[in-house]
Amino acid sequence: MKIHEYQAKGILKDYGVPVPKGRVAETHEEARAIAGEIGGRPVVVKAQIHAGGRGKGGGVQVVHSPEEAGQAAQKILGMTLITHQTGPAGRIVRKVLVEEGVDVKEELYLGVVIDRSKGCPVVMASREGGVEIEKVAAESPEKIVKEWIDPSAGFRPFQANKIGYELGLEPGQVGKMRSILFGLYKAFYEKDCLLAEINPLVLTRAGEFIALDAKMNFDDNGLFRHKDIASLRDLNEEAPLEVEASKYNLNYIKLDGNVGCMVNGAGLAMATMDIIKVVGAEPANFLDVGGGATTEMVKNGFKILMSDPGVKVVFINIFGGILRCDTLAKGVTEAVREVKVNVPVVVRLEGTNVEEGRRILNESGLNFAVAIGMKEGAEKVAEALKR
Amino acid sequence: MSILVDEKTRVVVQGITGNEGLFHTRQMVEYGTKVVAGVTPGKGGQRIDGIPVFNSVMEAVRGTDANASAIFVPPAFAADAVMESADSGIKVIVCLTEGIPTLDMVTVREYIGERGSKLIGPNTPGIISPGKCKIGVMAGYIHKQGAVGIISRSGTLTYEVVDQLTKKRIGQSTCVGIGGDQIVGLNYVDLLALFERDPETKAMIMIGEIGGTAEEEAAQFIEKNVSKPVLAFIAGLTAPPGRRMGHAGAIIAGGKGTAKEKMEALGNAGVRVVRNPALVGEEMEAILKRQRS
Repeated sequence: MKIHEYQAKGILKDYGVPVPKGRVAETHEEARAIAGEIGGRPVVVKAQIHAGGRGKGGGVQVVHSPEEAGQAAQKILGMTLITHQTGPAGRIVRKVLVEEGVDVKEELYLGVVIDRSKGCPVVMASREGGVEIEKVAAESPEKIVKEWIDPSAGFRPFQANKIGYELGLEPGQVGKMRSILFGLYKAFYEKDCLLAEINPLVLTRAGEFIALDAKMNFDDNGLFRHKDIASLRDLNEEAPLEVEASKYNLNYIKLDGNVGCMVNGAGLAMATMDIIKVVGAEPANFLDVGGGATTEMVKNGFKILMSDPGVKVVFINIFGGILRCDTLAKGVTEAVREVKVNVPVVVRLEGTNVEEGRRILNESGLNFAVAIGMKEGAEKVAEALKR
Repeated sequence: MSILVDEKTRVVVQGITGNEGLFHTRQMVEYGTKVVAGVTPGKGGQRIDGIPVFNSVMEAVRGTDANASAIFVPPAFAADAVMESADSGIKVIVCLTEGIPTLDMVTVREYIGERGSKLIGPNTPGIISPGKCKIGVMAGYIHKQGAVGIISRSGTLTYEVVDQLTKKRIGQSTCVGIGGDQIVGLNYVDLLALFERDPETKAMIMIGEIGGTAEEEAAQFIEKNVSKPVLAFIAGLTAPPGRRMGHAGAIIAGGKGTAKEKMEALGNAGVRVVRNPALVGEEMEAILKRQRS
């Protein structure tokens, strides 16, 4: 789960990480009032969406009075912000963060992620802040300092010192950096993050560190023990069909193609998308109805799939193990009767109770193209698209 | 032969009295797996279909000589269940649970490593040595005993591949689901090494997907250490970056972990990479034919 910058800064502040003075606003009047409270100049007004690159897209403005802050907020609130991370559709800005401007001498990077192959968290730091760390990693990996965390010993003070000195900081700065690193790591660990990042961490001319931007991604599997974090979810940042699907415990991701697909199991669902591409078409979505899907779930999945106007053909590819083919067939026939379906539906069933499943489809009186095997299924999809 | 589990494997089911645990215990017994014990704290002394239930894994091991475990325990308690298994001397632990917090697995991996246990999963369909032993939730009847070893991060996609093989009368020595999470126990490298040493296994299939670098690590390992032919399919060539594709571990993060990179790494290591998931069976048939001639 992702959260907004202002929410991440709020959490990090609780862990002792210095952040600029400021608050979030949903109206330009509020933004103006907050700028007034901050008092100092300049003030920064930043669009709050779940994507990076906001500055380049016009979502960040530096202003010099509460009036200007109000005007900037008026411009940004409601705008559709397009960045390299939002895709061409962009995101509507509903909130802005209004905070004091910071006098920047240098921009650094701090981050904690899970190292999947080593199976533990890794703390990373670099003096090349303000750009994406992936870019630094690709172009000059020697500029990133890394410390892996032993799960039972935790993040040790010597490791934080090592990071500070390897970055070439002065002794006084190393101490300040250490406390920020500890705050960041503790927040990462205690809140079940998959990523916690301060980028940039600014070194001011006065020699202080301050987190100018922050990003935290949480482990969905850990949310059950963090009700406070779960409540930060912003449904406005998610595609409406995906929100709808999540209500039924369905895993749906909208894509831009013309073949809607419904599959059981994530790997087979991805493979089905891939084979659609092999036969020259494009998948319209990823939809995994799961191993234990019920007739009701299959029905809801089918409805969500069909509400995407881009779908010209539907490909249902089920390998029944726990999910039995007759359950699937019942769900699909019920859904097709309820929803007006005016596109061809190709169904490929295999596995547990497959004969019963095929019988239900064939005797339904509905117009399914029943395929034997994944290859034939994909070929029938391609044929249907040509017609 | 086969790897990790066979007719001598004695299984204890953790969470045997839950819905899932009970259903799959019956399926495993029906397949011929020796399920010798169950564990549910507080329900020790009961019997389920004649299988004795214990309060702890240690009691179950003492009472029945169980040497492998199947874990059907909810996500919040599953990490603890894996550690209990390892602490009780279980050498092969199969954790079927989906949804375990990643940081719990960080602790688990270190803990079991120190105790010499092997973990399969979590978030896996399990492991099966056809005709001998099944610990997991896969449909047993699609499998056939034979010479192809399968290692996969996926469930139903593995069934798909197994089905393609079995329909061509190509059997499997052992099929292992390593799990779809970010942090798992045994990985491709560990299992490739076991299959390489297993005299019954003549060839291997790797079913990978986007996210992480496990396939790239496997490629490096294969280049130096594997003499048997390896065939690979990587799912997710059409997956968008930054999105979690169903499995917790299936995500292209920061441009890394793409299917393309993995296919290239494996191809460069001499692995035959198939791009069409419907053709895995045919390709394996061709490989085995070449091997015989």
